[in-house]
This record gives sequence, C-alpha cells and structure tokens, in this order.
Amino acid sequence: MKSKVKNPGKQFIVLALFLLSIGLIAGVLSGLIYIVPEFLKESLGFISLRPLHVSSVMFWIIIGATGCVYSGMWYLARKPVIKVLSKIQMAMWLIALIGIYGSYLTGNFGGREYWEFNPVWALPIALSWVVFLVGFISMAKSIKRWPVYVWMWLTGIIFFLFIFSENYLWIFPYFRENFVTDMTIQWKVNGSLVGSLNQLLYGTSFFLMDRISKNENAKIGFSKLAFGMYFLGLTNLMFNWGHHIYNLPTDNYIRYVAYIVSMTEWIFFVKIIYNWKKQLTEFKTYYSFFPYRFLMATEFWVFVNMGQAILMSIPVLNLYTHGTHVTVAHSMGTTIGINSMILLAAGFMFLIPKTEQTNKPARILSIAYWSLQISLVLLFVSLDIAGFKKGQWQLDPNQSSFGTMMETLRPWFILLVISGIGIMSSFTVFIVYLLKKVLKNGK
Amino acid sequence: MKSIKISVPAIFFIALCLLFLVFSFSIYLKPYSISTFQKNEFELAGKGRLVWQKYNCQACHQLYGLGGYLGPDLTNEFRKLNKNEDALRAFFKGGMKQMPQFNLSKEEEIQLIEFLKSTDATGNADPRKYKILSNGMTEQYEK
Repeated sequence: MKSKVKNPGKQFIVLALFLLSIGLIAGVLSGLIYIVPEFLKESLGFISLRPLHVSSVMFWIIIGATGCVYSGMWYLARKPVIKVLSKIQMAMWLIALIGIYGSYLTGNFGGREYWEFNPVWALPIALSWVVFLVGFISMAKSIKRWPVYVWMWLTGIIFFLFIFSENYLWIFPYFRENFVTDMTIQWKVNGSLVGSLNQLLYGTSFFLMDRISKNENAKIGFSKLAFGMYFLGLTNLMFNWGHHIYNLPTDNYIRYVAYIVSMTEWIFFVKIIYNWKKQLTEFKTYYSFFPYRFLMATEFWVFVNMGQAILMSIPVLNLYTHGTHVTVAHSMGTTIGINSMILLAAGFMFLIPKTEQTNKPARILSIAYWSLQISLVLLFVSLDIAGFKKGQWQLDPNQSSFGTMMETLRPWFILLVISGIGIMSSFTVFIVYLLKKVLKNGK
Repeated sequence: MKSIKISVPAIFFIALCLLFLVFSFSIYLKPYSISTFQKNEFELAGKGRLVWQKYNCQACHQLYGLGGYLGPDLTNEFRKLNKNEDALRAFFKGGMKQMPQFNLSKEEEIQLIEFLKSTDATGNADPRKYKILSNGMTEQYEK
C-alpha cells in the first residue's frame, strides 16, 4: 500500500548519481597515472585521486542503497515514511561529503584505506546511520509479516552501523599499537562492510524481482529458499572476511573459520547454475524492460565474480593472487557488475514514473547497456591478466625489480584505461537520462 | 502478562549475532596478552602508523599485500634496505616516478621508520616464504 508522502528515497538516488560521476572521472584520471607517471603529479596526484575515486564509488553504493531501502519501504509501509528523519539524514550526509571532498582536495588525510579523509567526518556519517535505523524500524513496525528483503535491509543497516564504528577502533592506541590485531580488525571491517552493503543491495534486488514478476509462484519474498540464502549470506558477512588476511601472521582459527565459511559460497554458485535455464526464459520475456535487464546483468556478474571469489578464498590459490590486480578485478567486477547494476535497475524503477516506464527503450540506452557490459569484460580481463603476471613475479625465485615488473604490465594498463573510458561514457548516458527524467517530473 | 512471540528468522538472527560478537571480542582482546615492555616499544610505532595514514602511503603501498598497487609492498622494506634508516629517509625526501617528495618533520620521520621496523618484525610478507599445507592452507615458514 502506497503512502501519500512522496518517495524520500529519490533524493538519495539522485545524490548517489552525482557521486558516481565524480568517481568515474577520478577513476579514469587515476588509471592514466599508471601509464603517464608524471600526470597531475604536482597537483592532485595519485594520493588524492585514488581516494576521490574509491570513496565516491563507495558513497554511490552506500547512498544509492539508502535510497533503495527508503523507496522499497515507501511501497511497503502502511504509514507515512518519517519525512523529517530522511531530511536529517540527508543533511548529515551533505555535511560529511563537503568535509570529505574538502579533506581530499586539500590533502588533509588521516584515515584508513577507502576512508582516507580526516576521521572527524566519519561522525556525521555514523549519526546519519543512527537516524536511518530509527526511521527504518518505525516504518518496519507497521509490516506484520516481514518478507526476506525487509530482513536483509534491517541486517544491512544494523551491521553497517556496527562495522563502521569498528572501523574507527584504530583511534585508540590499545588497538593501533598492536600491528597484527589492528590489520586483522581493519580487514574484518573491509570484508564485513561489503557484506552489509550486499544485504541492502541484494534485498533491493529481491524486492525489484518481486515487483517485476507477474508470476505469483515465482515471488520470493517469503520462500524458504530465499530465507536460507539470506542466512547463508549473513554467515558469510560475519565470518568470511578472513580470506583477505591469509598471509598475515594472525591466529590460525581466524584463517580456518574464513576458509571453511567461504567454501559455503559453492551453494550460491550451484544455485545460480541450477536456475540458469529458467532465468533465460524470463530474460527473453522481460528483456526490453530496463530494470529487469540490469538485474539479469547482475546475475551474470554474480556468477563470474563469485566463481573468482571462491577460487581466491582457497589459501593455496590466494597465495598467487593476493596483493595483485586479480583482487582489483574482483572488486571492480562486484562494484560495477553487481552493485551498480542493481542500483541502475532501482534508478529506472524508482526515478521514472510508472506511466513513463516502457518496454520500448531508446536505442541509445541499449547501446550504452551493451557498451557497459563489454567495457567491463575488457576491464576485468586486463586486470586479471595484469594480476596473474604480477602473481608470477611475486613467486619467481629470480625476481626482477618492482619497476621492471610494472613496465611489463603496461599494455594491460592501457587496455584498463580504454575500458575505463568506455565504462565512464556508458554510465554517463544512464546518469544523464535518469537526471533528465527527474528534472522533467519534478522532485 | 502479554507473552512475546519471536519468529523463527528472529531466533536465527539473534543466535548468529551472538556468535559474531563472541568472535569479534576474541579478536579485540588479543592486545591484552602483550607484555608492558612490548607495549612501550610499540607506542612509537603506533604513532608512525598515524604518519603512514596522514601522508596516505596506503594509496600506493601495501603491507602484507593489503593496500594500493602502484608501489611495492613495504612490510619488509626496512630489511630489504639492510636496516639502513638513512636509505628510508632518502626515499621519503626524494620521491620517485609517481611518488612525490614528502616534507616529513624529524619527529614524523622517526615515527614512520619505527612503524616500518615494527611491520618488518612481525614476519615475512614475501609469498615465496610460505609453505602449502595438505589441507590447502598456507603458513609462513620463514620470519
């Protein structure tokens, strides 16, 4: 049942699209530094461009996911969404973003990887999340029986808040002065934070699937299998992160727990293969409907990335790929191929009024869709090949210098930049299209 | 008195959360086992970690293979430079290729060097120094 209040999620999705634009530009500029070392060295340099790229893309996902949860709850909740709380949350994000970008542009760092800004700006983010949790619970209370995606959203919000706070334990000397524990916590945070965002995004994906599918039997909101998958995902969120630190001399039980839990991902993998034929039929039915087309792209990239992630979680294979661009390929594959595809599906669903949603999309959108997929395949391949070559170098008994090894990767870095430009151009088509729709239809 | 009915997903959720908290606290409590002598030794290295973050060294460099990909892993850089602190200072000041020149204060230099000494002391990040166990796990065999 719809509430009479306007969807507060839209403002978050629009803000997220702006941040994606910044992330894409900074990403291409950072890539150029790999092939032109002196590029922007005296101004921004890689030191500022990398965090600008990484944080902007992270915020595209975090703020975009926030918008998706609000939009979903706007459809589900029986009472009006807490309008004031969403405005407070947005104000806190804006304060944080001004501080963070100011921090990067002036070189005022001090934070950890992915969160390199001055830690003071983490405070408004944490507070905004508390507001989000309060707002979400007040909305969810009115839903009598929760579908799996409401569970996933609640999980994502609670765990993001917990893990984001854990992300700043390093400010206490007790943690910071013990290097191995500190690194263990840092990568516990990085791994679990991705898991909590996945809960928000996969929850959104389930919600969208339920809304798109006209087949009542295919709805997954209350299926036992969906709940089973949710708990498996939650277990992985909590205990799977240790595969990042197989090489770190931390306690064995942490490494073995991660090794065992990560192998449960085979269940997801087998399920995708099992469902493949059925989904192919659905794909043909809904191909022209853009939100569904993005969700199908997500399925493909989940398959590719999960396959690679499972292999990387086997310690003996991890030894070859750890610290190489194979890891970057995995993170690019998931942020672009999975997270961004779900967010674009949501953008097309929530930002475009139902009366304007069509099964005959403009040709430019179809071209952008396929150029995005092809560019991502090229990016993925270039990073994987660069990673394998670095992996070989790492284990070579007659290792050459680091600089010599990097020179041999140059052709793959050129392909990386070209495919990056392709990705940026394709995304720009979707960003402009969605923002034009928002402007045309007012807030 | 009204009884509270908890759904099956809620029970599973709470049970998993409790397990997660136990697991997390088992990690948080690790520094307790460190002796006071070591704690004093690590204080300077902890400050060096802040210098590492202040100059965003992690954008390009790795520690145990974790961090940026533009520059080399620095976990054992102190050892690789034959424990020569002046060589480290020269890198900070001179820069190279994409690496800019950093104007670290004397105090920051000492702290950062202490941090790199402490990472080196924890073990060997070179993948060639790991052995493969029969169950597929890997283990550092040479510190």
